[in-house]
Amino acid sequence: MSNTPAEQAMLQVSGIVKTFPGVRALDGVDLTLRRGEVHALMGENGAGKSTLIKVLTGVHVPDGGEIRMDGKLIQPTSPRDAESQGISTVYQEVNLIPSMSVAENLCLGRFPKLVGLIRLGAAKKRAREALKRLDMDLDVSRQLSSYSLAVQQMVAIARALDTDAKLLILDEPTSSLDEQEVDELLAMMDRLRKEGLGILFVTHFIDQVYRISDRITVFRNGGFVGEYPTAELPRLKLIGKMVGKDVAALETQEADAKARHGRAVAGQTLVKAEGLGRRNTVHDVQFDIQQGQTVGLAGLLGSGRTETAKMLFGVDPADVGTIKLDGEQVSPRSPREAMRLGFAMTPEDRKAAGIIPNLSVRENIMLALQSRRGIWYRLSAKEQRELADKYIEALGIKTPDREQLVKNLSGGNQQKVLLGRWLAIEPRLFILDEPTRGIDVGAKAQIEKLVGELTEQGMSILFISSEMEEVARTSDRVVVMRDHHQVGQLEGEEVSEHAILNMIAKHDSSAGKEAVDV
Amino acid sequence: MSKLYDEYRRLRWESALAQLRWLHSLIGPVIWPLAALAILLIFNIVFTDNFLKIVITDGRLSGYLVDIFRDGSAVMLVALGMTLVIATGGVDLSVGAVMAISAVVSASMVTPSWLESALGPWAVQMFENSFGMWLAVLIATSLIAALIAGAWNGFLVSVLRIQPIIATLILMVAGRGVAQLICEGQIFTYDVPQLAYIGKGTLIGLPFGVWLVGLMIMATYLLTRRTALGLMIEAVGDSDLASHYTGIRARTIKFLVYVFCGFCAGLAGLIESTNVSSANANQIGLWYELDAIFAVVVGGTALTGGRFLIFGTVIGALLIQTLTITMTIQKVPPEVALIPKALVIVLVCLLQSQTFRQKVFGRFKKKPAAALSAATPANSAGGEA
Amino acid sequence: MKKLFNPKYLPVLATFCVLVLIFVFGAIRYGNQGFLSTYNIVSLFRGGAVVGIAAIGSTFIILSGGIDLSVGAVIAFTSMLVATLISPELGPGWHPAVAITVAIAVGTLFGFLQGCLIHFYALPPFLITLAGMFLARGLAFVVHKESVSIAYPVYEKLRDIKIPLTIPGMGHADVTFSVIMLLVCFVVAILAAQFLPIGREVYAVGGDEDSAKLMGVNIGRVKIGVYTLGGFMAALAGVIATTDMYSGNPKGFEGYELDAIAAVVIGGTLLTGGSGYVIGTLMGVLILGLIRMVIDNEGNLSTWWTNIFTGLLLLLFILLQLVLVKTVKRDKS
Repeated sequence: MSNTPAEQAMLQVSGIVKTFPGVRALDGVDLTLRRGEVHALMGENGAGKSTLIKVLTGVHVPDGGEIRMDGKLIQPTSPRDAESQGISTVYQEVNLIPSMSVAENLCLGRFPKLVGLIRLGAAKKRAREALKRLDMDLDVSRQLSSYSLAVQQMVAIARALDTDAKLLILDEPTSSLDEQEVDELLAMMDRLRKEGLGILFVTHFIDQVYRISDRITVFRNGGFVGEYPTAELPRLKLIGKMVGKDVAALETQEADAKARHGRAVAGQTLVKAEGLGRRNTVHDVQFDIQQGQTVGLAGLLGSGRTETAKMLFGVDPADVGTIKLDGEQVSPRSPREAMRLGFAMTPEDRKAAGIIPNLSVRENIMLALQSRRGIWYRLSAKEQRELADKYIEALGIKTPDREQLVKNLSGGNQQKVLLGRWLAIEPRLFILDEPTRGIDVGAKAQIEKLVGELTEQGMSILFISSEMEEVARTSDRVVVMRDHHQVGQLEGEEVSEHAILNMIAKHDSSAGKEAVDV
Repeated sequence: MSKLYDEYRRLRWESALAQLRWLHSLIGPVIWPLAALAILLIFNIVFTDNFLKIVITDGRLSGYLVDIFRDGSAVMLVALGMTLVIATGGVDLSVGAVMAISAVVSASMVTPSWLESALGPWAVQMFENSFGMWLAVLIATSLIAALIAGAWNGFLVSVLRIQPIIATLILMVAGRGVAQLICEGQIFTYDVPQLAYIGKGTLIGLPFGVWLVGLMIMATYLLTRRTALGLMIEAVGDSDLASHYTGIRARTIKFLVYVFCGFCAGLAGLIESTNVSSANANQIGLWYELDAIFAVVVGGTALTGGRFLIFGTVIGALLIQTLTITMTIQKVPPEVALIPKALVIVLVCLLQSQTFRQKVFGRFKKKPAAALSAATPANSAGGEA
Repeated sequence: MKKLFNPKYLPVLATFCVLVLIFVFGAIRYGNQGFLSTYNIVSLFRGGAVVGIAAIGSTFIILSGGIDLSVGAVIAFTSMLVATLISPELGPGWHPAVAITVAIAVGTLFGFLQGCLIHFYALPPFLITLAGMFLARGLAFVVHKESVSIAYPVYEKLRDIKIPLTIPGMGHADVTFSVIMLLVCFVVAILAAQFLPIGREVYAVGGDEDSAKLMGVNIGRVKIGVYTLGGFMAALAGVIATTDMYSGNPKGFEGYELDAIAAVVIGGTLLTGGSGYVIGTLMGVLILGLIRMVIDNEGNLSTWWTNIFTGLLLLLFILLQLVLVKTVKRDKS
């Protein structure tokens, strides 16, 4: 595919194989990265992106294949060793020490020394210089935790660049940044590219890939799919390559979903939120959810979507406004109270707030029902088994048996276990906060399908996702949020990804660019 | 006909398998401490005369095996409370101090001079005139004192959300001071057979304390495993945030396990002090927190919280006590007996450590867990069907 | 409260205030009983010497996110080792220099082994050092069952190392060898924490172990290092104890690990690791000594109030840190 001459390539990875017990994580993948380019590495979960990064940074030792840097064979043995070979990495979560100063964070592991002692002045100077390269000016003796996440991310990049890096790996650097911060980061990547640095950019955000990257390499299921110049690969094709489906299939899927919007919903109003708000989080949210209706909550990250869901579910109760259920005012002060009202919620942070990792699939599924029944009325062993088997079967949870620990399941299956847990109490309103984040495409489609089925059975669903397209596809009505406020609603035929983005953009010029772009 | 027979055989086979599986689920997690206990017992059977012999004197059983249960009852009780605390991901360092408090309260309340000066003459009168009721009040008071101590720990951990080691360290340091404050630094010795019965008395051949502990173990087992409480505790210990989202009252549960642990410690303090009819605030329950934690961890409950094994804790406590008794029989000074205790802890910790197992046994065993996590999406669906 | 000063100094500042408050209280109340004398001040340091030296090790261990329960037992063990090795009747009758070297080496090795178990097999420090406590205490009794006194000419000379100190108006006192060692150790430790790369790495590991690993910190070196240091400091404390008491005692030093931990926490170090100062631990040790002194001077207050006051101070500092951690989090969001 690529006819790059070898001498132009800075990093050349070929035929890397990495096997873990029972699974081949990388099956002979290639990657060629040139000096001065931003190269996007794309793939669904389980494609092998993070395994490759770990091989490049010396966390894993590959079973086969070779890595060449400037034509020279290298075998990184640790992150530190990789750094000395010119490969620096910035990870998704800021991997710095929040309790230490900015200067220390920049110099840890490589302090300027005099007879074994740290030269504080020199360390601070070095830190300032490292930040200057990114046009940043911070008080380097302040604690890192006193700065915003975006700044911390930049400090992490400054640290990565401070080691004569030739190749910078950015692993999902934008997932916790807001729009403006993403812009800043992309601008910085552009600047670094011009300086001649090679950047390997791993992300889920397709927009960002098209905004910044020169070329794209796609992996699927541990295998190499291909390498393409960004300009020559249309979005839909890219998604097709990642998913392994052809484009036509994707389009029909979308058309199917579109047809759903035509469906008339004439249920009773189940939940009515009026002027809902909470100090320092969200203000003035109002919407209705009818029986058997899916209402989407759309907005950019940090717009107040999750916060709204948490108010409704009593995690962080609202302090102004009212919630009416069947016309009667209710005010859930805890998830427990919300559950008793017939609400259910799968939280955004599946690992921390969703699954109970060391309990079995059976126990995870029965937990909500048991918790509603109370401590004294224990589900019998038989009831437990039946309940678990019912949802393993109904949701297609892939697990060897119901006694398997949930932590051993894949992300999608964990999500399904959570869905099963709540379906067992037959909720009236089911809040799904990012139910499809970080799970593979197959499970994603199943969950979307399930949402459709549940609403047909009369359940109401509040659907939250950062993928506007997904919200548009599944929802009958969409509540659009921006900057902790509700900015509007879309209903029936109006619902589309474009309309959502336009509604967000109406209030914000920087998001407007984005909208045109899509 | 033969088809029916086949069916019958299949069912027989399956029920046998189910029983085996049940046995495995019971013994599997505690196989190492059980093995250690077995080795110790065998050692004693071989090297100690009359180790297994149990004789009946004055209507009570006596012998080494009875001693193990009698001397180990207080540790077992404390470890029982500790099991639930550790299952929620916490730890209670103050149990020894709480034992001292409840012991001192009970001993003070049968000491007329203390009653006179601390409570006034009415108390002395009540002690002398309506003794039965006073005894009930006294036992209730010392247990309530322990409950209050437990509630204090629970408050710090569940409401103020202080790390359990630190939160209970406060009472561990201050608790003995409080106990001494109550008894004004004196060591009370009393001669009240009714009270001493708790620790020394005999009921159907066995020490009353042993019955009491057995009862508590049964009650705890029923309370946690016949209701959903055990599951809730495990859920909270594994992930209290996720439990909260599932509608479980995580904070209440955390609070309650500390109260329960305080109660167990209080009862243990009563048994321990009534056994010798005196209460020394500096000595009662000294280092019991460590023995109890030892018993729990050796019994297979992880210090990180989650799954807990009451049965395992009982085995762990028996193991400690058997070890101590073996040392006594072998005439090893009690302090030196600490050495094998230390080695057992390290050994059990190592055997339970994932890393150690992989390093040592890795070559001989498949790694089911690791293989599974990676392979679930692909090849494991059709297993059951 | 807009960044008048860095909030990370607040706990240690609070410790300082408590120290000054108790001292001023004592000075006003018992000034005429010789509370303000040089002798009293020196004996405050002298009383805290053994715990203080051991607490330095605990400080680093707690900063790295661990805990050490073996301190008291290791002190007892090494004090016994020194005393017995010197004794011609009970032991080989070695020269004190050799005996001390051996004892310190054994203590250091002890800490090193604990560190290895904790690091290589990912075992909880709480349990391993608990086992270490049992083991060291047992070994102390294996060495000898009773306390062993030391009578050796060279040892007498060690005792004679002292600096006369006269504070105008407060009289005169001799600064003993143990106090000199205490101060020397603290100065070295304070400098090491701030200026040695591995000192900063201890903070990094305690702050966020995973990040520190990715930032190229050798976790094993740091973790094993702090427990080795802990063993070394406890052994040194044991040796210092023998120079002060001229004997080794297998039963002694019980609960010293708790005093050390209490001193560290009262000194403003976060028990979860990553934040705190070595100087705070010295202040913590002095505060514990002052409480004891005040209670002694009070006369009608009994000794058990020491425990209660220490507990209350622990509570106070834990609550203070709780509030601080919460404010920092709120600032961030």
